[in-house]
Amino acid sequence: MSEQNKGIGAHLGGHLRENGMLMALVAIVVFFLIIVRVFEGVDFLSAQNITNLFLQNSYVIIMALGMLLVIVAGHIDLSVGSVVGFVGAFAAVLTVNLHWPVWAVVPACLGLGLLIGAAQGYWVAYWRVPSFIVTLAGMLVFRGATMWLLAGQNIGPFPKTFQSLSTGFIPDVFGVDKPNMTALALVTLSALVIVAMGWRARMRDAEFGIEPEPGAVFVARNLIVSAALIFVGYKLASFRGLPNVVVILTVLTVLYAFFTEKVTTGRRIYALGGNEKAAKLSGIKTERLVFLTFCNMGVLAALAGMIVAARLNSSTPKAGVGFELDVIAAVFIGGASMSGGVGKILGAVVGALIMGVMNNGMSIMGIGIDYQQMIKGLVLLAAVIFDVYNKSK
Amino acid sequence: MTALLEMRGISKVFPGVRALDNVSLTVEPGEIHAICGENGAGKSTLMKVLSGVYPHGSYEGEIIYDGQPLACRNIRDSEDRGIIIIHQELALVPLLSIAENLFLGNEVAKRGIINWAEAFQRTGALLKKVGLDEVPTTKVEKLGVGKQQLIEIAKALAKDVRLLILDEPTAALQENDSQKLLDLMLELKAQGVTQIIISHKLNEIGRVADRITVIRDGATVSTLDKAEISEDRIIRDMVGRDMAHRYPDRSPHIGDVLMEVQGWNVWHPDQKDRQMIKDAAFHVKKGEIVGIAGLMGAGRTELAMSLFGKSYGRGISGTVTMGGKVADTSTVAKAIDAGLAYVTEDRKVLGLVLDEPIVRNITLANLLGVSKNGVLSQRRETQVAEEYRKAMNIRTPGVMQKVVNLSGGNQQKVVLSKWLFTDPQVLILDEPTRGIDVGAKFEIYGIMNELAAQGRGVVMISSEMPELLGMCDRIYVMNEGRIVGELSRAEASQERIMALILQSEGKAA
Repeated sequence: MSEQNKGIGAHLGGHLRENGMLMALVAIVVFFLIIVRVFEGVDFLSAQNITNLFLQNSYVIIMALGMLLVIVAGHIDLSVGSVVGFVGAFAAVLTVNLHWPVWAVVPACLGLGLLIGAAQGYWVAYWRVPSFIVTLAGMLVFRGATMWLLAGQNIGPFPKTFQSLSTGFIPDVFGVDKPNMTALALVTLSALVIVAMGWRARMRDAEFGIEPEPGAVFVARNLIVSAALIFVGYKLASFRGLPNVVVILTVLTVLYAFFTEKVTTGRRIYALGGNEKAAKLSGIKTERLVFLTFCNMGVLAALAGMIVAARLNSSTPKAGVGFELDVIAAVFIGGASMSGGVGKILGAVVGALIMGVMNNGMSIMGIGIDYQQMIKGLVLLAAVIFDVYNKSK
Repeated sequence: MTALLEMRGISKVFPGVRALDNVSLTVEPGEIHAICGENGAGKSTLMKVLSGVYPHGSYEGEIIYDGQPLACRNIRDSEDRGIIIIHQELALVPLLSIAENLFLGNEVAKRGIINWAEAFQRTGALLKKVGLDEVPTTKVEKLGVGKQQLIEIAKALAKDVRLLILDEPTAALQENDSQKLLDLMLELKAQGVTQIIISHKLNEIGRVADRITVIRDGATVSTLDKAEISEDRIIRDMVGRDMAHRYPDRSPHIGDVLMEVQGWNVWHPDQKDRQMIKDAAFHVKKGEIVGIAGLMGAGRTELAMSLFGKSYGRGISGTVTMGGKVADTSTVAKAIDAGLAYVTEDRKVLGLVLDEPIVRNITLANLLGVSKNGVLSQRRETQVAEEYRKAMNIRTPGVMQKVVNLSGGNQQKVVLSKWLFTDPQVLILDEPTRGIDVGAKFEIYGIMNELAAQGRGVVMISSEMPELLGMCDRIYVMNEGRIVGELSRAEASQERIMALILQSEGKAA
């Protein structure tokens, strides 16, 4: 084996988790692409299915962003599924029953989410009640509150403007429409930005003598990511354009990735989760940070609640049941540690996509919900065992 | 008369440290044998060898117990032979009852079914033996520390103890509880239980011990009979050692008073009527290294942590003046702003985020110094870390290395870097060289001298007296939460520090 190859092997070994999940996602997509083509005669990566994939899973990704922070801080939030239901019901009452305009409903719902997050975070942060207990209580309370608010009925349909939160598409500013040039331009631009940022980080590492990843790995990873992005973008553009949800998702992901990696407050959350006592003795206000992560989770759960309601075009007492488990699973599949202090935003997003792709692929193949649950459970277990095994090595 | 226990030529080596070097110990049946020595002299290590915490084969030398060689693989083996150790930190389960604790792991049971009637009966008998008037179903958490200590002894008696080892049994006890415990020891002796007591409270040793073995630097210095026991003799044996050239040279330039603490009082965070720091007052000057000496439990760490953003204790009162102005040190952030830094005793639990890289640990206490409008500059961060890596000689392949992979000395340098990056006026270093090999110790001393030379004030808390004598311009002596004396460099000696501690013993109240 040549020196260079050995370097690549060693590097991949050292960064198995980071690149591993991305490779797993690609592998799963390819797997379904073949299986679905062979057995069902359908194109898994058709424009319509890609659009569906995002629409169906947007809420998991959005909440995974907040859940990652909660879990990195060393806590857990079990209430998000119920909060999704409750905020959806609240939105339905405001829009359908009280005829509030959308521009008033959205901030009202986000505000409600903030309040819920603050109410739970208060007990966790300042009274040191275990977050598992507080949010388990929240899960029951807000599920009950959802049923009470809806009086056991479905409320709907929503006006078009509200529905567009989830089902709307970005119009083509260039007026070409098919393929949607705006979509293509945006996607190409983001691919370029990702490559440029990666290159800059690489240069900086070299400057400080930090051992960079082997050039081949860098090129390969960027090629795969850019190609995937442009491919998805092209497919979406040739269908109905960029869904609003995808834009929200992308913007939020970038924001949160920036927050966790570049902002002092984000850094402090990692220190808090890694060693709370040391963080405290370094002058970090650990209580307030915990409180804020829960507030943030509440807001994101509220956003997800509105998107779910808009997609279903009605609010039901059952909306959001079990979502918390999907979200938490996504974060752990993405490499976060149960004990806190470890985890990345992009990992959580990839984790959510893995869950989403599996849901979608298995549904197309007509696999029953019973098998789906079992398979998803085993995937979660396998991902975490993989982590533990790597650590103990 | 043949000895009950004979440990011959015991040596135990940890990576980089020779903790025990050819130690011998003979314990006669029916005696109370005291082991004394400074913190870190190797007393506890010796007892861990005896009780099987360090299994047979991990040390050199031989142990003859009751006429046969003893080769314990674990604590269970030594307990089966009737050797029971009661550690300084009590090993009781607070939420279980007295009876449940007494027979934990040793239940009065047949085929796994517990016979509670018999267990309670035996509990009653055991409690009587140790002179405790409590109901067997009382939860252990309801008892005070003194009574819990007695429960530990009862637990040992429940296992048919033949050789009872007590590691600093009175360290956490009040005066009258201590007396009760010592009485009980004498009574057990009368019943034929051989005992080893580890203690540095010389008055207690004088009261109960038949013979004393003094250990210093991991080696036996002397074994004294009752007739030979005197405080002077013990102190001389405990501390007498050569100190030449273990500390880097330095010529101090001492300036004005930098920090002054007055009337500092702190209460225990849980036990409301226990005062941990009593009316403490001290000061540090520019360019000065000030030591705080004292035995374990004297309140040194509590003093430091309560000063640093009220990180310990309740009901804190007193004033801190920095550079002539009253400083607000009520939260850690404010204390840092006031120019204070505290390097903790336990760097792994309190000082470092072990799973994060060196660079992130160094900048943690001063993220504002590497960010603009809340956005971190990784370029600046890495520069800072590199500067400290060079200045402190942190040995690592790179600053992205996780600190968990560093040696103790290098970890300590990372912690020091973190605090230096906050540019403090006064650094409080709590046991800065604990668990660090000799070479790294010398480097840390050098860094401390450098800090003083920069005009900062350094407060050094240490249990190793030679280190304090070698490094400090002035030494405060603490005991039982009070500052009981102050010695200049010229006045200070191990004998005088010990004497100040012993003279203040029990006078507090």
